[in-house]
Amino acid sequence: MKTLIALLKDYWGILRRPSVYFSLGFLTLGGFIAGIIFWGGFNTALELTNTEKFCTSCHEMRDNVFVELQETIHYTNRSGVRASCPDCHVPHEWTHKIARKMQASKEVWGKLFGTIDTREKFVAHRRELAEHEWARLKANDSRECRNCHNFQFMDFTRQSKRAAAMHSTSLASGEATCIDCHKGIAHKLPDMTGVKGW
Amino acid sequence: MPFRMLPLFLLAAIGLALAAEVDYPLDAPGPDGRRPGGTLTQSMPAPAIANDENRDIKRERNYPDQPPTIPHAIRGYQIDMNGNKCLACHSRANSAKSQATAISITHYMDRDGQALAAVSPRRYFCNQCHVVQKEVQPLVGNSFETIDKILQDDANAARKP
Repeated sequence: MKTLIALLKDYWGILRRPSVYFSLGFLTLGGFIAGIIFWGGFNTALELTNTEKFCTSCHEMRDNVFVELQETIHYTNRSGVRASCPDCHVPHEWTHKIARKMQASKEVWGKLFGTIDTREKFVAHRRELAEHEWARLKANDSRECRNCHNFQFMDFTRQSKRAAAMHSTSLASGEATCIDCHKGIAHKLPDMTGVKGW
Repeated sequence: MPFRMLPLFLLAAIGLALAAEVDYPLDAPGPDGRRPGGTLTQSMPAPAIANDENRDIKRERNYPDQPPTIPHAIRGYQIDMNGNKCLACHSRANSAKSQATAISITHYMDRDGQALAAVSPRRYFCNQCHVVQKEVQPLVGNSFETIDKILQDDANAARKP
């Protein structure tokens, strides 16, 4: 313990005292370059974890939710525009993204301890997992849906009668948000007993 | 030696004669309807998959007990032990809000006619009876007449003479 304190004191001294050997220019420029490398590296690593390839590299995602996504309109459709995992499950703006990424450390914990590492465990947890996503989208007014589906540009005349009726009333007034009606749009639903509207 | 082989030659000759004497075409033209043109052995290109009709207009039933057909697309509607997407609009509780047709009271009865609190399990799987329709013309003609048409024709016939 004493040696540790002595070591820390030494390092504090190095940090506190002005540099003897290195010029101010070297230190500022070096700091600047190191900053670019660290920040760039951090962002690159972050973006790497924000890809479908990364998500489906775990069998929990690949064999359960990813399979279900593949038959929905968000994966295969006439125009070939598609959503990948992070498009819906990770916010696009930086602040919200970092907040979600910090939350996701719980998911790393789950992976390490095998919370859903079998199909049975996944099915047992499905309602809880779904409820987290429903709550998140309800709280942020379905922000991740709206990244692509912008209400401003919806043409009700091109929608089916039922869709137009719902979108021009409940959605327009802000009384309901996307997730209120469109649960299970990209994955199979859990047991829906007691869920509002079901 | 040649005499010994004679029955064999004869058999072969008779077989050939029989095979040649088929008086019907082995590769008959296929019946028009499901696959117009071509012959029975020919494989034709599959027709394009038609879209589901999505007009939200109730269709007439062909007979009183016909399960009504679904007038809208139902792609991705989940009906399993976890939930029934159809009931989100068509259940008796939700139909007022959604303005969708409520499922009939018979769907809340068991087979002995006893009323149940929820949709009867034997009526739960909507697609067993109710189906969407495609945007296609009927493949074959149909001369079926509804009972209303027959009654009307009778009334008209009685009035004329």
